[in-house]
Amino acid sequence: MRVAHMTTTAVTNTATALPAQYTLDHLDHLESEAIHIFREVAGEFERPVILFSGGKDSVVMVHLALKAFAPAALPFALLHVDTGHNFPEVLEYRDATVARLGVRLVVAQVQDYIDDGRLRERADGTRNPLQTVPLLDAIEAGKFDAVFGGGRRDEEKARAKERVFSLRDSFGAWDPRRQRPELWDLYNGRHAPGEHVRVFPLSNWTELDVWRYIEREGIALPDLYYAHERDVFQRDGMWLSAGEWGGPRQHETVEARRVRYRTVGDMSCTGAVDSQAVDVAGVIRELAGSRLTERGATRADDRLSEAAMEDRKKQGYF
Amino acid sequence: MTTTHAQPAAHASGLPTGRRHDLLRLATAGSVDDGKSTLVGRLLYDTKSVLADQLDAVERVSRERGLDVADLALLTDGLRAEREQGITIDVAYRYFSTATRSYVLADTPGHVQYTRNMVTGASTAELALILIDARHGVVEQTRRHLAVTGLLGVRHVAVAVNKMDLVDWDHARFEEIVAEFRRHAARFGIDDVVAVPVSALFGDNVVDRSDRAPWYAGPTLLEHLEAVPVGTDPSTQPFRLPVQHVIRPQSAQHRDYRGYAGRLASGVVRPGDEVVVLPAGRRTTVSGIDRARADGTIESLEVAFAPQSVVLRLAEDIDVSRGDLLAAADTPGLVTRSLSGTVAVLSDRPVRHRDRVLVRVGTRTVRALVEDVVDQLDIETMEQRTAPDGLALNAIGRVRIKLAEDVAIDDYRALRRTGAFLLIDDSDGSTLAAGMADAPDRSAGEGI
Repeated sequence: MRVAHMTTTAVTNTATALPAQYTLDHLDHLESEAIHIFREVAGEFERPVILFSGGKDSVVMVHLALKAFAPAALPFALLHVDTGHNFPEVLEYRDATVARLGVRLVVAQVQDYIDDGRLRERADGTRNPLQTVPLLDAIEAGKFDAVFGGGRRDEEKARAKERVFSLRDSFGAWDPRRQRPELWDLYNGRHAPGEHVRVFPLSNWTELDVWRYIEREGIALPDLYYAHERDVFQRDGMWLSAGEWGGPRQHETVEARRVRYRTVGDMSCTGAVDSQAVDVAGVIRELAGSRLTERGATRADDRLSEAAMEDRKKQGYF
Repeated sequence: MTTTHAQPAAHASGLPTGRRHDLLRLATAGSVDDGKSTLVGRLLYDTKSVLADQLDAVERVSRERGLDVADLALLTDGLRAEREQGITIDVAYRYFSTATRSYVLADTPGHVQYTRNMVTGASTAELALILIDARHGVVEQTRRHLAVTGLLGVRHVAVAVNKMDLVDWDHARFEEIVAEFRRHAARFGIDDVVAVPVSALFGDNVVDRSDRAPWYAGPTLLEHLEAVPVGTDPSTQPFRLPVQHVIRPQSAQHRDYRGYAGRLASGVVRPGDEVVVLPAGRRTTVSGIDRARADGTIESLEVAFAPQSVVLRLAEDIDVSRGDLLAAADTPGLVTRSLSGTVAVLSDRPVRHRDRVLVRVGTRTVRALVEDVVDQLDIETMEQRTAPDGLALNAIGRVRIKLAEDVAIDDYRALRRTGAFLLIDDSDGSTLAAGMADAPDRSAGEGI
C-alpha cells in the first residue's frame, strides 16, 4: 500500500538510467557474482568441495557451478552429510543428479557415528546438531581446503554477518570477531595447513531470489518442494512427517494434509507448510504472501534459542 | 500455528511488474546512538521485509526489557554479544525489495573499528546512507564517514537527519546541518548529496511521507533510493577483464577449446575487438564470447559488458593464465612495479616502512615491499601529517610500494575494480589494508 504510493512518485523523478542494452536485472547480477566466486575458488584452492544435500540451495549452487565452468566439466566433488533421517525422495534426487553429472560424491553418515558410539542420539531425536563432527571429519579426510555451502545471509541474524569467504580453524570454528574484512570482489582465501575456507556463493540471495532463479532456469527439484498429500503430525507448531525416525509420539495424531517443504533437512526437525503450490510459480506466489521466514516456519533447530545458529556456526556447523 | 498463508501477491515483496527489476547496493554509516539500527529496522519494517516471526521475537524481547514500543534495532543485531551489549560489532548485510528494486544493504557499525567496517561496506556500495542526529549535527564521525565515502569513490550520498522529532521538526536546524554537511562533502569531492529530515523511531519520511515537516518538499528516504540511478554506463569505460580461470574441457566434443573465464571489471567487449594481455603486453583479437545456457550448452554472445561473467576466446594461441588482465588495446592502462596509493589499515598489525607484504590486484597476487609511508590523513583537521611509526588500525594514509613483478593497475578514481588492491600478511594470510591506486606514475612504469 504505502510502497505502491511511493513507487509512482519514484517513477516521475527517475534520473537517466543505464542504456537498456547494458542493464542487468537483479538475478543476472546475483548469477554473475556467484559464478565469479566459483571461479575464484577454482583458481585459489587445491581441493574444493560442494556441500550437496539435494536441498534447493545446494541444487542452485551446483547449477551455477556447472555454468561457471562450461563447456568443461565441474571441477569439484560433492559432499553430503547424511543424518540418517533424510527424506528418501531427496536422497534419490541426490543420487540421480550425481549419476547424471558424473561427479564424485562423498557421503558422511551420522548413523555410523551413532552406531560406534562417537555420537549419541539426542533426547529430542533431532540430528541436525550431530552433523558437525562427521562434516569436519569428512573435510579433514578428503583434505578439502574450500567447502561451498548454500547459506544465505537473509536466512538468519548470525548468518547476516558471515563473509563470502569464511576462514575456519582446524576445528572448523567460526569466530565472528576474527573475520577478515571483505572488500570489493577481492576475496582473500589464504589459509594455513589444517585450516579451510567455507565459501557461500549465494550470500546475497534471498529465498525469493532462489525461487525466481529456479523458475527462470527451469531447475528441477525434489517433488516435496511442491504441494502433495502427506501423513503429518503437529509438534512445536510445525507439521512433521511421520516416519521411521521417531515420530509421532503418543498424543500426537497423524493426519493427511496437502503440504510442501520450504527447506529440506533432517526429517526430525524440518517442518512442512500447508500449501496448494504445485509448481514454481505457485511457490513464488505463496512466498510473496507469506508472513514467516523460511527458518522460522520450518526449522525447529533454529528455535532452540535466540543464538542457536551462532552457537552451531562457532562449533563448525555449515 | 505456523503455517504459510497463501494470499494474493499484492504486497511489497517485489514481484516483477514488467519493468526490469534492478539491484542497488548501499552502505549505512552512523555514529554512536544516532539511531542507525532503528532506521534500518524501519526500512525493513515499512517495506514489509520483516516477517511475523522476526517481529514476534523483537516484540517479545522489547517487552522483556520493559520497553513500550518494539525496538526495531533488535532486528539487526545478530550476534549474542551485540544483543547483550546493545551495540553492533560487525558489518551485517540486509536485504529488502520493492516493486522496482532489490537492495543489498551493508549495515556498518559506528564505533567499534568504524573505519575498518565502513571501508568494507563502502567498497561495494553505490550509495552511502549517512545518519546525523539532528541534536548534534555534523560531528567528527560524520567527517570520517565522508572521508571514507569520498576515498572509496561511492558516487551517491544520502543524508538522513534523524531524530527530527527531538528538535521539533525545526526547519532552520535542518538547513543548518545540511549546509554544513555539504561544505564538508565538497572537500571530499562529493557533490551528489540528498538530505532527508526523518524520525526513524516514528517512521517519518523513511518510507512514508510525514506531515510533520510541511516545509520539506523532497523525497522520502526510500523514494530517493528508488530513484537514484544505479550502475555506470559500461560503454563510457575501457574494457577490463581479470582472468580467473582457463577453461580447457579436453573432451571429445570440445577437443581444442580454450577459453578465459572472468567477470568484466569495466567496459564492453565484442568479437573482433583488439585486446592486450597484461602485464606481458601481447596483442590479440577476441574471437568469441561464450556463456552457458541453463541446460549447460554454450551460447556465443555478440557483446558482453560489466559486470557480466563470461568466457572469452582469443584468436591467437598465446600464453594467458590466471592473474593476467585482458584490456582494451587502445586504452590499456599502465604496467608498473611501483605502486602509489592510499590505504586504509584494517588489521591490528600496522603498515610500516620496509614491511614485506603481498599485494593483490584483480586476480594477481605478487610479493611487495612498502618503500615509504608517505603520510597519514588527520580526519579531524583534514591535514596530511607524517607517519614515522607507520599506519595503525583504522588509519588512512598514502604509501609507495615496490612490486616484485609487473602488475597492470588503473587509477582507482577512474576504474574502481582494477584500481583497488589489498595488502596481505604473507605469514598468516590476513588482510592488512584496503588500497586505492593513484593514477599510475608514467615515469616509473613501462607504458605499453
